[in-house]
Amino acid sequence: MTASLARPEYERDLPPLSDDEVMQPLPVPARLWQQGWVRKTVLLLVMAGLWEVAARLKANDLLLPTFVDTALAFGQGLWSGELLHRAGMSLAVLLRGYVLGIAAAFVLTTLATSTQLGRDLLDTLTSMFNPLPAIALLPVALLWFGLGQGSLVFVLVHSVLWPLALNTYSGFRSVPETLRMAGRNYGLRGLRYVLFILVPAALPAIVAGLKIGWAFAWRTLIAAELVFGTTNSGQGGLGWFIFQNRNELYTDRVFAGLAMVIVIGLLVENLVFVTLERATVRRWGMQR
Amino acid sequence: MGIPFLRVVPPPLPREPRVTSDVPTLQAEDVTIEYRTAERVVRATDRVSFDVLDGDRFVLLGPSGCGKSTLLKAAAGFVTPRSGHIRLDGATVSEPGPDRIVVFQEFDQLPPWKTVKANVMFPLRASRLLSRRQAEERALHYLDKVGLADFADAYPHTLSGGMKQRVAIARALAMQPRVLLMDEPFAALDALTRRRMQEELLSLWEEFRFTLLFVTHSIEEALVVGNRILLLSPHPGRVRAELDAQAYGLHSLGSPEFQSTSQRIHRLLFDEPAASLAAA
Repeated sequence: MTASLARPEYERDLPPLSDDEVMQPLPVPARLWQQGWVRKTVLLLVMAGLWEVAARLKANDLLLPTFVDTALAFGQGLWSGELLHRAGMSLAVLLRGYVLGIAAAFVLTTLATSTQLGRDLLDTLTSMFNPLPAIALLPVALLWFGLGQGSLVFVLVHSVLWPLALNTYSGFRSVPETLRMAGRNYGLRGLRYVLFILVPAALPAIVAGLKIGWAFAWRTLIAAELVFGTTNSGQGGLGWFIFQNRNELYTDRVFAGLAMVIVIGLLVENLVFVTLERATVRRWGMQR
Repeated sequence: MGIPFLRVVPPPLPREPRVTSDVPTLQAEDVTIEYRTAERVVRATDRVSFDVLDGDRFVLLGPSGCGKSTLLKAAAGFVTPRSGHIRLDGATVSEPGPDRIVVFQEFDQLPPWKTVKANVMFPLRASRLLSRRQAEERALHYLDKVGLADFADAYPHTLSGGMKQRVAIARALAMQPRVLLMDEPFAALDALTRRRMQEELLSLWEEFRFTLLFVTHSIEEALVVGNRILLLSPHPGRVRAELDAQAYGLHSLGSPEFQSTSQRIHRLLFDEPAASLAAA
C-alpha cells in the first residue's frame, strides 16, 4: 500500500488560549535597556568618567580642567545667570536666521519642483554655495550689514538654506510615483500639491535637513562670535563668553561655555527633533 | 391667465440619465500611445478602441507589455495619447481629475501620514467636494461597507496588504466617480486574500453599480470580475478580441464553460505567431 495510509488523518478542536500564554512581558532590565535615553545616559557617564581620569593624570588645570571643576564652573555660570543670558542672546539670533533659512529653502525647492529653470537654479546655487563655509562670508556681511545682528542673520541663513534645500529637494524627488499620481488624481496641483503630498511624503528627508541646518547654524554662530567677537551691539553670546574667558585664562569657564553649547545641542536634538519625529514620521511608519 | 410669474419658474431639469446603454460612459477611440526613452520612441498601444457602458465591469486583459496599464493611465489622464481620443461622457480626457478615481496595485497609494479615515476623506476634501463633516460621514459609511469601520483611526502602516487595498477601494467609492479605474489592484495580495477581495468587489458592485475599468493579467480574475473583457496582444498593445463574461463569476469557477472560455482566451492570447510569444 502507499505510504499515506500509514499516517492517519486527524482533526483537533482548538480551545481559546488565555492572553498571558500568547503574550509575555519582557523583564524590567530588558525594558529599561530598550529606552534610548537610558543607553545614552550610560554612554555619557562613561565618557565623563574617562575625562575625569584623564584630567587627574594630566594634572594641569590650565590645559585640561577636571570634569568636576568644569561641572562646578557650569553650575556657577547657571546660578549667576550669565550662561543662560549668553545662551539666550545666541539663540535669539540663531532662531531668526534659522526660520528665514527654512522659508528661503521652501521657496527654492518649490520652484525647483515646478519648473525646469527652478531646478537648474537650485542645482547651480547649491553646488556653488553649499561648500562655501558660512564663516567665510562674515567679512563681506560685516561690510554690507555692519557690526550687528544683520550680519549674523545673513551668514546663518546661508548656513541653513543650502543643506536644507538639498535635502528637501532630494526628499521631494524620492516621493513614490503612485503617491504623486494619487495626489494628481484628486485634482491637487501647484502649491496645494506641494503642501499636501510632497512635503509630508518627504518629511523624513526634510527633518534630516532641518537637523543638519540646525547644527550648521549653531556652529556658524558660535564660530562667528569667537572669531569676530561681539557683533551683538556690545553684548556677545556664548561664543563671546568662551572667547573672553580664554583671554582671561579661566579654562574651566571656557569648558563650561563649550558644555553649554553641547547641552543646548543635545536638548534641541533630543527634545525638539525627537518629539517632532515621534509625532510625525515614526507615528506614520515612515521611519523606524 | 392664472398666475403668470409662477410659470416663469422652469420645471426641475431631469438629472442626466445614468443608464443609457447606447452612450458609452468611457470611450477609447483609436488610441495610440507612445512613450519616449532616451534612445527611442516605443509604441505602447496601437489604435485601441473600446466602449465602457454605464455599470459595466470592463476588463483589460493581456500579458505584460500589452499596454493595458498604460491605457488605464491614459483614461485617468496621466498619459496623453499620441493619437486618438479617450472620452468620458463625450468629453475628451486631458488631465487627471476626481471624476475618475484610480485604485493602484501598490500599497503606497495611501499617504502614510493620514489615518484610514483621513485617507478616505482626503480626495473628498482635496477636490473640495464635501465639507469636513460630510466627508467624515461619507468616509465612515464606505469604510463600514468594506468592513474597516473599526480601523478608522489606524495608520496605514499598521494594516495588512488586503486591508490597505480595501481602504483604497473605499476611498475610490466614496468619491462616487463616473468611472472607477483599477490597475491590478489585487496582484500584490496572496491568493486567499485575492479571492476574498474579488468577492467583496463584486458584492460592492451589486450594491452601488459603479462603472469599472479593471486591468489584470489573470484570465481567471478577468472572467470572475468582468462582464466584458477586452483582450490585448503585446508589443504594441492591439485589440485581439472583445468577449462577454456576463455568465461567469465566482460561482462558476471550475465549471466546464468557465474552463473552455478560459482556454479560448488563453489560445487567443498565446497561440499567435511565435514571434510575439518570444517577445512577451
